[in-house]
Order: sequence, then C-alpha cells, then structure tokens
Amino acid sequence: MSKESVNTIPTDSEVILGILNNSESVLKRLYIAYFPMVLQLIINNNGDGDDAKDIYQEAIIILYNKVKTGDFELSSKLKTYIYSVCRRLWLKRLSQMNRYGGDIKDFEEYLSVDDESEKNNERDLQFNKMGEALKLLGEPCKTIIEDFYINNRSMKEICEDFGYTNADNAKTQKYKCLQRLKKLFFQQKD
Amino acid sequence: MSEKELLDQIDRYLNGEITKEERARFESLRIEDASVNEKVVEHKHFVGLIKQYGERLELERRLDEIHGEIDVHTLEDELMIHPSGIVRLWRNHHSKISVAASIAIFAVLCTLFFTGYLADRSRNYEYVVGKIKGLENGQRTLSNKVNQLDGNKGVRTNPGNFKGTGFAISSNGYIVTDYHVVNGADSVYVQSYDGKSYKAKVIHLEADPDVAILQITDPSFKALAPLPYDFKKAESDIGENVFTVGYPIDAMVLGMGYLSAGSGYQGDSTSYQISVPVNPGNSGGPLLDNKGNVIGIVDAKQTNMAGTAFALKSSYLMKAIENIPADSLKNPLTLNNKNVLATLNRVQQVKKLQNYIFMVRVYNQ
Repeated sequence: MSKESVNTIPTDSEVILGILNNSESVLKRLYIAYFPMVLQLIINNNGDGDDAKDIYQEAIIILYNKVKTGDFELSSKLKTYIYSVCRRLWLKRLSQMNRYGGDIKDFEEYLSVDDESEKNNERDLQFNKMGEALKLLGEPCKTIIEDFYINNRSMKEICEDFGYTNADNAKTQKYKCLQRLKKLFFQQKD
Repeated sequence: MSEKELLDQIDRYLNGEITKEERARFESLRIEDASVNEKVVEHKHFVGLIKQYGERLELERRLDEIHGEIDVHTLEDELMIHPSGIVRLWRNHHSKISVAASIAIFAVLCTLFFTGYLADRSRNYEYVVGKIKGLENGQRTLSNKVNQLDGNKGVRTNPGNFKGTGFAISSNGYIVTDYHVVNGADSVYVQSYDGKSYKAKVIHLEADPDVAILQITDPSFKALAPLPYDFKKAESDIGENVFTVGYPIDAMVLGMGYLSAGSGYQGDSTSYQISVPVNPGNSGGPLLDNKGNVIGIVDAKQTNMAGTAFALKSSYLMKAIENIPADSLKNPLTLNNKNVLATLNRVQQVKKLQNYIFMVRVYNQ
C-alpha cells in the first residue's frame, strides 16, 4: 500500500487481505474510514465519544478475528457489516445500562447480525481469563511466558535477560511457570 | 523422558526448531504413544490461547494508537444532530427540570394555602363586584373599604362584648342605634351618661338602611325629660356644620365637622358623607346640625380617606320607625318635634344632649 492512500477508504477486499497480512496501514485506513459513521450512530443515541471508541474497537476485533479464523464471508458491503455489528453491540450495551428508550436513530442501512457477538463472547471470555491468569502468575513467570510464547523470543535470549546460568535452568523455570499458568487458567470459573 | 523434557520438545516441535531426524522420531512417538499425542494437542491448544491473548492485546494497542490520531471532539461536533435548544435542554436536564417544576408548583400551592388565598373565595368575588361597580360608578371604583364603626369589629366572632352609641328617640325608653351594632346580640345593655346601666331589648332591626330600635326594658329605668332635639326630615346641604356625640371611649366624646357630600359610600343615596373625626364606638350616635336637629345616624367611616365618615340620613330613620310593627311597641312611640337647642352654643347643647345619648353594650355569648 502506498503512503498517499492513508486517508482513502480501503476497498473491502483490500481490508480482508490487509487483515490476513497483518497490514498496519490497511488497519489504520479501515479504522479511520468508518469511525465517524459509528461515532455518529452512538453520540446521537445516548452515547459519548468513549462509548463509540469501545463499540467500534469491539466491532473491529470481531471482524479481525473472523477474518483470521477464515469464517468471514462478505455477504454485504463491509461498511454495512461494521455498522450492523456496532448497532447491535450498542443496543445491547444500552439495554444493559437501562438507557435504551425503545427507539434508535439510524444513519445507515443494516443487516441483522445475531450470532456474531456470541462467538466473540467465547473468545472474550478466554481472553479475560488468560489476562487474569497472567496477572496472578506474577513476575518473572509472566514475562518469561509472554516473551517465549507471545513475542516468540528464543530461550537463549530469555536466559540472558534473566541472568540464568544455563539454558537448562531457564527451561526448568519456564516449565514451572507454564504449569502454574495452566492451573490458574483452568481454575477460574467462567 | 521427563515431563519437562517432553514439553520442551513439544515446544521446539511446534516452533519448528527441531531437526528432520528428531521430527521423524517424534512423530512416530506420537503415533505410538497416545498419551504423548494427547499432550501435544493439549499443549498446542493452550499455547494457542496464549498467542491469541497476545495478538488481541497487540491489536487493541494498535487500535488505540490509531484512535489517538483521530480528533474525536471535532468529529462529534460535526456529527451530532443538534435538536432545537429546548429539546436538547429537555433531554439533558429533564429530571432536573421536572424536580424544579414540582418544587415550584408545590411552593406556589403552599403559599396560596398559607396566605388563605385558596380558602378565601370571596376575594375573587369581591374583585368581580369591584369591577362591575367600577363600570357603574366610574372613579368610585377605587377599592375603598368601609370600616363599620361598631367598636371592635374583628371581635364580633369572639364571644365577648363590643359597643356602640345610641340615642333616645322618645322620652319613654326607645333608643335608636345601628343595625350592625346589635345584630346577632344575645343581650343588649345601654349605659347612660351618669353610669347607670339598663337592660334593653331589640324591637326592630333593619339591615338596609342600617337601623335598629331598642327599648329599655329595665324596671329601674325612669322616663326621661322631653327630648331637647327634633328630627329633620328634609335633606341637609353640603357645607353645613355638623357634630356628633358618642362613646368611642368610656367617656362621651364630641366630634365636630361639616357635611361634605350628599351621598355616602360609593354613591349611597341613603347616607351623607361627613368630615367628622369618628372612631369605632361612634356607630349609632346622632348627627346633629348647628341648630341641634338630628340629621342622621353615624354609621361608618372610610379607612383610606382621612376624616371621612358616613351617616344615615334622618329621613330613612323616620321610615324605619314607621316600619316598626305595632305589636312590637308596648309603649306609644311619639317623636319629639320641639327643638330647644337651636339658640344654645355648643357647650350648652352638649350638656343638654348628654342625658339622651347612651353607650350600647352588646353581649353575644
């Protein structure tokens, strides 16, 4: 993608490909392109800018995950899809806060997207559980696990960072940490 | 192979860090040993969860970064549908507005209630009357208030006594006073100048004109000497000097002045307007002209005009006397028509008069 196109709306297929390729610039263009639409929806329906940010990012994450896992079928314009997901999420949020007055002012056409957020909830749950477990795990375990599994650093590097005398000690440490993390993760109630 | 070593190998295997040889060996191990295979699957899943977590964090970070570049405030201003000011005010503050309105209504009702506005319906009534009369009478519409001079008017409802003045119309114990002095009385006493008190009976009442005729029924009462004054039937003229004698206090008081108008309060043709200082307690006293003719009965005064009072014309007193039913009169009532005061000066007039003027005490228990 060229730098000049940073402010243009990406085509729908550009977005899909960009997500699959982890393209920063496509993500940015996507985000900038549709945020005003969602902001408009939310601030004119009892929400504020922060609500709009939360809802929009949640929708982007849903889209992102769907594309990544390969079960995303574009059956409408991407814009309509995003609007519909945000609309649904916001209605849900409004009724949770008891602020839903029974009508919502719409600015775009939308589809019914019922099951979208259900699946995402499962992921959300696991995401939260993992975050919680890592928090409980404490240092240095947390950093070792994150470095090795998330940041894909080698045991050798980790060994140096933490000043372990040999790689074997580091491995032992990593093993113990992982066992504890598993325990913490599965212990949590849903 | 210990668990730790196995896990380490799985990690390397999953990361593709092992040699071809090792891989082949490990894969055959997976096929041979189901528990090893299970471990691999389980571990792979868990590592997947960790990676997912990491990716999600990373994505959120990136989104926040992008979000930081957007000027949300300007966008908000642009995209906000601005309803009209009142609608917006209502939307944002409707609870506060409702509360304020409730308090305001409550306060108004409370004020009206405690000031007696709600209870006092006659206020509106009076107002309307005032308006109609205003149309009829032009300038007299100014909401003049009349205080009737019957002593403590406000005390009337209070079971106590109040007083006025009365004067003899015959020597055998008939006394005239104002209707409003004795109205509603349970018992009436008259007290003469020398301090003697006699029980009296109301024998005739006329609310309009404001006249009451009493008869002294007390056995200790002795007939008076013939009356020194007579009653003028014709109307008196504006500018005539007039005076009255009455009991606004416990002692007899003389009030002097002049006749200021031929009609009374708000054009009442049965009364004169007089400019004589009168006070509560003067009600029912005689109004006399210079020659000592009774020309009226002191009746009321106007509170918002200094020195202005009203007196019922004597001709209406005559009519009222004529209206007395014959069977109410135990003794004959003959009006005196001889005037002996005409040539006397005021001091002598009053001296002659004093025996015929009574303080009227009213008890309405």
